[in-house]
Amino acid sequence: MSGRRGLFSPGFIRGFAASWLGGGYLFLYLPIFALVFFSFSDSPVPNSWGGFTLKWYAALTRDAEIIAGLWLSLKVAFLTACGSVVLGTLAAFALVKYRKFSGRTLFNGMVSAPLVMPEVIIGLSLLLMLVSVQRVLGFPERGMMTIWFGHLLLGMAYATVVVQARLQDLPPQLEEAAMDLGARPWQVFTLVTLPMIAQALMSAWLLTFTLSLDDVVLSAFLSGPGSTTMPLVIFSRARLGLNPSVNAVATLIVLVVSIGVVAASLMIARAERKRAQDMAAAARGN
Amino acid sequence: MKTLLAWFKRGRTAVIAVPYLWLLAFFLFPFLIVLKISVSDMEAVTFKDVLTFNEGIVQLTIKLSNYVFITEDDLYFLTYLSSLKYAAVTTILCLAIGYPFAYFMARAKPTRQPALLMLVMLPFWTSFLLRVYAWKGLLTENGWVAELLSFLKIDHVLLAFGLIPALDKYMNSPFSLVLGMVYTYLPFMILPLYGNLAKMDLRLLEAAADLGATAWVAFWKVTVPLSKAGIIAGSMLVFIPCVGEFVIPELLGGPQTLMIGRVLWDEFFSNNDWPMASTVAVVMILLILVPLAIFNRYQAQAQEARP
Repeated sequence: MSGRRGLFSPGFIRGFAASWLGGGYLFLYLPIFALVFFSFSDSPVPNSWGGFTLKWYAALTRDAEIIAGLWLSLKVAFLTACGSVVLGTLAAFALVKYRKFSGRTLFNGMVSAPLVMPEVIIGLSLLLMLVSVQRVLGFPERGMMTIWFGHLLLGMAYATVVVQARLQDLPPQLEEAAMDLGARPWQVFTLVTLPMIAQALMSAWLLTFTLSLDDVVLSAFLSGPGSTTMPLVIFSRARLGLNPSVNAVATLIVLVVSIGVVAASLMIARAERKRAQDMAAAARGN
Repeated sequence: MKTLLAWFKRGRTAVIAVPYLWLLAFFLFPFLIVLKISVSDMEAVTFKDVLTFNEGIVQLTIKLSNYVFITEDDLYFLTYLSSLKYAAVTTILCLAIGYPFAYFMARAKPTRQPALLMLVMLPFWTSFLLRVYAWKGLLTENGWVAELLSFLKIDHVLLAFGLIPALDKYMNSPFSLVLGMVYTYLPFMILPLYGNLAKMDLRLLEAAADLGATAWVAFWKVTVPLSKAGIIAGSMLVFIPCVGEFVIPELLGGPQTLMIGRVLWDEFFSNNDWPMASTVAVVMILLILVPLAIFNRYQAQAQEARP
């Protein structure tokens, strides 16, 4: 940017930009750092330092409530991620490939509304619907499946956005060429489209997995007796006050998620580069 | 060729129908149920049906008393108002912090941008519940941020505006609530703005400079109008969920800060009054209907305007 008669010198603007970004990242990361830091503190109040200890982690291994919650959360998150990617891909396909079908506006609205709709509303309405259905049909009981329904609704919305963005960037010529060469629609999808959107599906899977693993409100409405997910356990403890076990759980989650996300994005970036090289090589004709 | 066409047609139907029916059943239909229950009578633990068959006569009982109660009771009115106020303040603060942030990100060296973007996304991936909980530790007595604010005498300013209950007390106040909401929703503001600003054609700024505009004038007359879609999308992504936010007021807001999401929660979980909870939800949906429509329009535009 070259403003000639700028109010401030370029050096000042650069410094200002750097400090604004620095301040912003400090704001975003300070709480995470504090969580991790105090998980090693030998003090019952996890905001003062009482010397180094690992006892909260040791306590965690004996914490049956957390472990049961984690196991349930992982199961729900896995199923949510898989279901969301399937439904999200279908929805993204419908929106990108078929420009006109009846009720498209309503469809578009319903797909993106869960992104912003307050979760208390989604949770309440879904629960009341399931209860009404249960009155008539006798099922479903509140439990893992009903939590899964709720998470799927939210996950589908996010998956659709991710996959839709990727589908829109695809050059249509590749699919058309495959069609011209006699591939059937299903073959076009599995051999041409799917490999090109694989990275988007991967990010959508990871995103919906973490969303599900983190959700409190929907799970609270939709869980039944005996189906308490890990965030519900954490939330009930956090409500009562500061609790060192929560810090220890947080540290483990931060660790696993950071490694997972960074590894996945490095992998995706490498695959992307390789694909670009292959495409360039193919374009040169060797 | 004919069979291929037929297959494709069937494939097309399935691709549209599966997610469509799923959303109708799990998103739209539940809202109709909520609407129905909001006008139903309470029964021991659940609710009475609106339509009843009594000795061959169809009876329709609609109870509007919940709606009458909500409009006449001052506390509900004040709670809706204060939810809208907190959501609006959070949106404005997110925009004020997030716009320059996204702008400087988009103008950083292209080689650095993926890393900068990654750093914004990463907290977004780690548990939101735990990050909100972390502020509890930072803001209670002896917390790092509490110490810093008291050292800088910022508590005097906050107290003068009535944002905290007493000097050196930051938790359970409008201040801690808004801080928590800004913190949580800031990435939702930054990401669409960054996406928008990074795509901007920088030659337009050169053109503005050639025509004699200073960098400041060019920023306000070229950059800001061009990022309108990002501003609106980001603002709606922050404002709408904030209106009904529950977890943040519960952990950071304390009993003094009125938020409608907590009222709904209490009606449902503490009072077991399902019709009242439904009424609260219906009125909340009415309040966010216009922002929701704006969001949908810009979301559709942003998705479809891409080349």
